[in-house]
Amino acid sequence: MAKVLVFLEHHEGAIAKGSLGVLSKAATLGAEVAGVVIGSEVRGIAASAGDYGAATVWVADDGRLTAPLPQPRVDVLASLVRDEGYDTVLFAQSVLAADVAAGLAARLDAGLNWGLVDLTADGTGKSPALSDTVYVDVGWTSAVKLAIFRSGAFDATSSGGTAEVKDAPVSLEDFSTLAEMVEQAHAEQHGPSIEDADVIVAGGRGLGEPEKFALAEELAQALGGAVAATRAVVDAGWYPYSAQVGQTGKTVSPKLYVALGISGAIQHKVGMQSSNVIVAINKDPNAPIFEFADLGVVGDLHEIVPKLTELVRARRS
Amino acid sequence: MTVRASDYPPPWSPGDAIQPPSDPVDERIEVGFLIVGAGPAGLAAAIRLGQLAEDHPETAERLGDVPVAVLEKGKAPGSHLLSGAVVNPRGLQRLFAGRKRMDELPFYGAVGAESVLFLTKRKALRIPTPPTMVNDRNYIASLSQLGRFLAEEAESAGATILPETSAEQLLVDGGRVLGVRTGDRGRGRDGEQLGNFEPGSDITARVTILAEGTQGHLTGAALDHFGLRSDNPQVWALGVKEVWKVAKPLDRVIHTMGWPLRPGRRFREFGGSFIYPMGEDMVTVGMVVGLDYTDTELSVHDLLQELKTHPRIRKILEGGERVQWGAKTIPEGGFVALPKRFHAPGLLLSGDGVGLVNVPALKGIHYAIESGRLAAEAAWKTLERGASARTALASYDEALRESFIWRDLREVRNMRQAFGRGFYVGGALAGAMTATKGKFPPGNARTERDAEHKLLSTDRAKSYPVPDGKLTFDKLSSVFASGNRTRDDQPNHIRIQTKVPRELAEMWAHMCPAQVYEVGEADGDGTVQVKLAPSNCVQCGAITAKGGRLTPPEGGSGPEYTLT
Amino acid sequence: MKIAVCVKAVPDAASGRRIDPATNRLDRSGELTISDWDSYPVEEALKLKESTGEGEVVVVSMGPERALDALRKALAMGADRAVLVTDASLEGADLLGTARALAGALEKESPDLVLFGQQSADGGGACLWAAVAERLHRPVVSQVSELIVEGGSISGKRQTEYGYDTIRAPLPAVVAVADSINTPRYPSLKGIMGAKKKPQETLSAGDVGGAEGPGTTVVALNPPPARGEAQKIVDDGAGAEKIIEFLAGKRLV
Repeated sequence: MAKVLVFLEHHEGAIAKGSLGVLSKAATLGAEVAGVVIGSEVRGIAASAGDYGAATVWVADDGRLTAPLPQPRVDVLASLVRDEGYDTVLFAQSVLAADVAAGLAARLDAGLNWGLVDLTADGTGKSPALSDTVYVDVGWTSAVKLAIFRSGAFDATSSGGTAEVKDAPVSLEDFSTLAEMVEQAHAEQHGPSIEDADVIVAGGRGLGEPEKFALAEELAQALGGAVAATRAVVDAGWYPYSAQVGQTGKTVSPKLYVALGISGAIQHKVGMQSSNVIVAINKDPNAPIFEFADLGVVGDLHEIVPKLTELVRARRS
Repeated sequence: MTVRASDYPPPWSPGDAIQPPSDPVDERIEVGFLIVGAGPAGLAAAIRLGQLAEDHPETAERLGDVPVAVLEKGKAPGSHLLSGAVVNPRGLQRLFAGRKRMDELPFYGAVGAESVLFLTKRKALRIPTPPTMVNDRNYIASLSQLGRFLAEEAESAGATILPETSAEQLLVDGGRVLGVRTGDRGRGRDGEQLGNFEPGSDITARVTILAEGTQGHLTGAALDHFGLRSDNPQVWALGVKEVWKVAKPLDRVIHTMGWPLRPGRRFREFGGSFIYPMGEDMVTVGMVVGLDYTDTELSVHDLLQELKTHPRIRKILEGGERVQWGAKTIPEGGFVALPKRFHAPGLLLSGDGVGLVNVPALKGIHYAIESGRLAAEAAWKTLERGASARTALASYDEALRESFIWRDLREVRNMRQAFGRGFYVGGALAGAMTATKGKFPPGNARTERDAEHKLLSTDRAKSYPVPDGKLTFDKLSSVFASGNRTRDDQPNHIRIQTKVPRELAEMWAHMCPAQVYEVGEADGDGTVQVKLAPSNCVQCGAITAKGGRLTPPEGGSGPEYTLT
Repeated sequence: MKIAVCVKAVPDAASGRRIDPATNRLDRSGELTISDWDSYPVEEALKLKESTGEGEVVVVSMGPERALDALRKALAMGADRAVLVTDASLEGADLLGTARALAGALEKESPDLVLFGQQSADGGGACLWAAVAERLHRPVVSQVSELIVEGGSISGKRQTEYGYDTIRAPLPAVVAVADSINTPRYPSLKGIMGAKKKPQETLSAGDVGGAEGPGTTVVALNPPPARGEAQKIVDDGAGAEKIIEFLAGKRLV
């Protein structure tokens, strides 16, 4: 792996944290690392990539690149790879990045591995599979290697370096500009949906009664997350089915999953077991959830949760 | 306390499952022959009909575009099939006569060595194998796999199998069975129509063959509606089993009696366990207990977990891993509980649904297959020129009575009932029956409905092992291991009274291997509310024997067995 | 309007999704069924056909020959035809090989609209649609939770991390739909029985432009790393504080 190019996604004037994380990781692989920022009026944010490990940052700045659409980005990346000889292109998972990476793979006949949580210097990717029950070592046989990393796989670590900013040529295929952005997304008005949330606070039978879901809601709001429910309480009518996490509900993998009064039966577990960090509060010391929670607290959630919500609010302000 | 489950009958009556067709005629689906249930009986019937159609193509043309349709409520054939099983190949040999060799059938090998053990808490005493249980020349099988194989054969023979399709009502008009109405799909918890609501359909056919298995929904309704029931009520046992990957191969078929069941007469705990090898690297272990037991805390699932802690059994499973779990009832009334007649206008009844099970020999699969084959032949006769449908269908009854099914069941007719008098007396009586080939004691013993026995409470639950997740397991993780991922947002398919005495609610909670029932709040008058989690249900049928009624949920619900 | 829906036949969850130790890839020898995620684009295609009263819905897939059985579910739902690219040389194909094969089959069909489901039930975060669109040289819009087709173009509401974009593209176009877009219908009994009679066609690798080797490999399988020390504490009044400490240590607050 000699020359690595990292796709730096950006939103509202800042490079996305996930992209910076991948860049930081790339910097540890002992290769020549460059980043690329694609959009319009983005020159300003390019330089900051140097602080996270990029020796060079390419900027493709063009009015036709304003909207975050994938196909024009494939054109820019493909030219860079061909002209500059990059053998590895890395992406942080996002809706946009997935489309760009796959389009680029087809353009360059390059192998693409996705869902990775790690990459070694000798070019082996680590990919959890089958609901994270097995970790697969994957590799590439193509000349150019493409990889997409799972959300949150790497922290963005500042290294204090500087990058040389260069202009990348922008030459777009006819079909790349056929799709047009009519209206771009605004910032979310309400809380995130369960599928997108970084933090989920889930309530189970231990809450005692439907009104006590307010405890979960307040904690979720303080943490900026979404509220989920177990099958048992949805069956009992305490919360809607759209919030059900589990085998017959939704499968989620947020950065943080807080389980309140949930026993952890396998039907629930399979819906949330690949969460990064699991915190459980339950008054039954033998609840199965304590076998896989990163932090389990045996206690009365009615006492602990209000205090916890207060402490979270205090930290955030 | 004199609580009996039968004092709290479910809010259901057989008439709920019988109705005339309601779809406009041009919307009804017409098929040649309709079979309900893709189990060994139903698929044998489908295969035999396919063979007859191949041999008589001109006659077959009169069956139309869909000569044979098989409805299956499970996700796929095999999803709801569960048994031990050691199969007597006789039924399959007659079905595939000349068309298949034994080694083409999906068996795990012939039975080699076998042992019958009498267990105490720590010991295992080998006892001579009772003659009814000798298994040489029989084969070990997974009924679920056998079902999948038979389904492929049936499809090759021209049958159309419709999985995820429940048969909810028997269509009867003018005293004649015209077909069935399938269940709706896409209803919510309160019965409301969801976005993808799909109503059921009326399917009509010349002859409908019911092969629904134990506690057959339409079979039960038909027996009542047409007055076919025996004077002796049917009785059932509940079997709970697991399939394990094991470190060392098991070299024999094992049956056990005794511990953890109690011999005392007042407990009525009739049953035992089986442990069969499945090839070199798998084993199946199961516990079967008659549902006429009286202790409210008896839980067959937990008795199975307890059984596995016996040193002899633990050794077999050591280093292994559980890969599947399941539960199903078995009709145990035998000969004396068989219906008076197995046919009605437009209708034939086959298999476990009508109790064709030899309890002392633990065999029912080959009878199911043979009865399906005979039903097919009788149904085919209705196509013959100048045939009288009535005579044709009546010929099924004659054929059954002349078959080996009848002979075998008659010979062992009183054995199960003898065990109602306790293990030791029962054992002695059973021995006498075997020695005399059923001539002694004379006459036919009576059966009593499982739900009619008075309940009693001991502290039975205290001896159940606390699940360790490696050797012993709780019910919820076991339901998961059955492959059950039933859609939650659908109407409750279980009919029971939900305000009952505490003892009854507790009995149901312990009884159900899938943890469907839970004791809810006390109402202050000695009764409690019963809370249900219907999506856990693996449709074993135990509730129907013990005071409630299982009706089929939305098609595709329930377990997804593959190795049971 | 001709709508092609790309679907994948995957091992049935009930027959146990497992990795084949011999090949280090998903064991696809058991029963196959249509990926649950793919019932959404099939439903969307059917709705579009029903709203205009005319058109054709073709399901296109790549897999072993017995995948035809699985495709029948789409036919039972109402699709008109099934096309399966099947060839020994395509076994174990990765994203590149699959995209090539599907694009080849789609070129023969010349559909106005190509629909994909959001992800594959067995492969996780696949993004096959973008690779196929690239090969077809047509616009692609993904994560679409609302789709309108009119006047020769599509307008889709795309779900992103930041909310919903509205994107327009001229036909022919490739669209990947999210599972929030509709509730797939149950196949009717008549549909199931009629499925067998609908045209089902197979294509070889040669028919769709040949097969080249994959660009990725699977090197090894490992058990997942332990989650790390699972801590369990009993609340002594300071439970909330201990939780905050823990979360702060992980930079989650």
